[in-house]
Amino acid sequence: MTDASTPTKTATAVLPPSDGDRPPGTEDRRPATRPRGRQVRAKVGSVLKHAGLIAFGFVMLYPLLWMVASSFKPNALIFREPGLIPTDIDLSNYTDGWNALLHPFSHYLINSAIVVLGSLLGNLLSCSLAAYAFARLEFRGKRLWFAVMLMSIMLPIHVVIVPQYVLFSQLEWINTFLPLIVPKLLATDAFFIFLMVQFFRGIPRELDEAATIDGANHLRIYLQIMLPLSLPALATTAIFTFIWTWNDFFSQLIFLTRPEMYTVPIALRTFVDSTGESSWGSLFAMSIVSLIPVFIAFLFGQKYLVKGIATTGIK
Amino acid sequence: MSVIQEISRSKRTVSPRRKGDGRWALFFLAPWFVGLALITAGPMGASLYLSFTDYDLLSAPEWIGFENYSRMFDDPRFVNSLQVTFTYVFVSVPLQLAAALGLALLLDKGMRGLALYRSVYYLPSLLGGSVAIAILWRQIFGADGLVNQVLAIFGVQGQGWVSHPDYALGTLMALNVWTFGAPMVIFLAGLRQIPQMYYEAASIDGASKFRQFRAITLPLLTPIIFFNLVLQLIEAFQSFTRAFVVSGGNGGPSDSTLLYTLYLYLKGFGSLDMGYASAMAWFLLLIIGGMTVVNFLASKYWVFYDD
Repeated sequence: MTDASTPTKTATAVLPPSDGDRPPGTEDRRPATRPRGRQVRAKVGSVLKHAGLIAFGFVMLYPLLWMVASSFKPNALIFREPGLIPTDIDLSNYTDGWNALLHPFSHYLINSAIVVLGSLLGNLLSCSLAAYAFARLEFRGKRLWFAVMLMSIMLPIHVVIVPQYVLFSQLEWINTFLPLIVPKLLATDAFFIFLMVQFFRGIPRELDEAATIDGANHLRIYLQIMLPLSLPALATTAIFTFIWTWNDFFSQLIFLTRPEMYTVPIALRTFVDSTGESSWGSLFAMSIVSLIPVFIAFLFGQKYLVKGIATTGIK
Repeated sequence: MSVIQEISRSKRTVSPRRKGDGRWALFFLAPWFVGLALITAGPMGASLYLSFTDYDLLSAPEWIGFENYSRMFDDPRFVNSLQVTFTYVFVSVPLQLAAALGLALLLDKGMRGLALYRSVYYLPSLLGGSVAIAILWRQIFGADGLVNQVLAIFGVQGQGWVSHPDYALGTLMALNVWTFGAPMVIFLAGLRQIPQMYYEAASIDGASKFRQFRAITLPLLTPIIFFNLVLQLIEAFQSFTRAFVVSGGNGGPSDSTLLYTLYLYLKGFGSLDMGYASAMAWFLLLIIGGMTVVNFLASKYWVFYDD
């Protein structure tokens, strides 16, 4: 409530601000105290709003918090205790879950890490190369290729997955990490090309022109000017690639069928199938282990995540 | 700022021609060109061809014309999965966007703790696509799950939500609504771009908060609403992981959670009916493409561009 604070606003009002929503008889005779009453009302409103937002946030996060709490409870209690505080802390779900499958859970974590690292490297390199061409070079058919690139962002993977499977099985790449990594080295995550094109366009052209006068070619401009100045865009790409690849299920389910090649999501899914409903505790424990890397990426990369989705509109 | 605006703008931008970049372009675009040919465009063409064949991966594909496509509409499981998917998409996406917009409006403009609230509401959309959250959902909405334990406190006897054909899809929709954080962040960015002076001018003219919302915020936000709508619809049509994990991989109970892509997976990689799966994939592309075109056409009547 600041409508009385600036002179221009009060000047337009012929009458003093009305107190219409106060019951009759309670109005204050001394004008000086009026703003104070209004401040109190605004403050109460703001406190209520914060209380509502906090309560809503708590309800939203409750399932997650409850999963964490339940992972420390014996199975029998998971089905009886909707509360968050475990009566006694029990780590056996974690040790049981870690060794419940054919390989210890660390094996699947390492597999996921390999796929993620390969994808990271691939996306950062190939997408920034392509983005440089679209942002800084003139060549025949540029607009057409750019449109093709944009449209490929929207292409559902299902339209290409069957022939990809045929191709990769003829190359004998099924049950290797190659079908998951090689496409990233070939800039098929076109979304990140777009993200970097947007960023590169914001870098002043005077810098490249100065470098050109000094005799630098495009490769040097890309390496020594664009990449160092694009760290925020590279960080956004890295974090999204990390989270998406870590969570990816569909393509890993299709290309990895041998237990020693399983990544974390596939291992978790097998865990559900093999234990059914009998051991929620260890299932929860391993689910939490699988979410921790994403959560860490979220904590440290928030700035880039928010910037990334705000400027390009992604998940 | 967005892919969509970029597409509609690309007609206009003509850059001055310079000579001599061709070879460099080939160098910088080489990985992308190879990927486009071998991983995207080539397989696209191949799957279009396969959609007209009978193909089981083991023997050579056999041309059968439009039979896969006509079989689809005689296949009750296909028709059902189409219904399930449309229900899922057209119920959960509007709810998700309404939640996103509502919260973004509440969080607007430098309020205390904005960054913290934004993080808390955004976190579920980062985790929501994972197998782990789908596992959690399966427990929460199970017969002895968290939801029923909470209901029991209020004396309500719940049931196994994920194992009841009438409710199982609802739990998946709830999961989609739960991940409203990403569109919310986009709305927040959009709200920040509305010039403050519009509101100042309106309040000088005595416009109420509601009037300001109707006359300033909403019209200026329509491009963002449109953008979120297109994006979330496309994404929701492709939901897979949650249906797979919550139903145990079969779309049950009684096919009530058989989302389109799950059925496609079961056909292609379960029963190795790859021709049929390819036809389904192309039909999906047709649905998504058609829906997006309709969205763009309809946007002329309700989306307001300031420039």
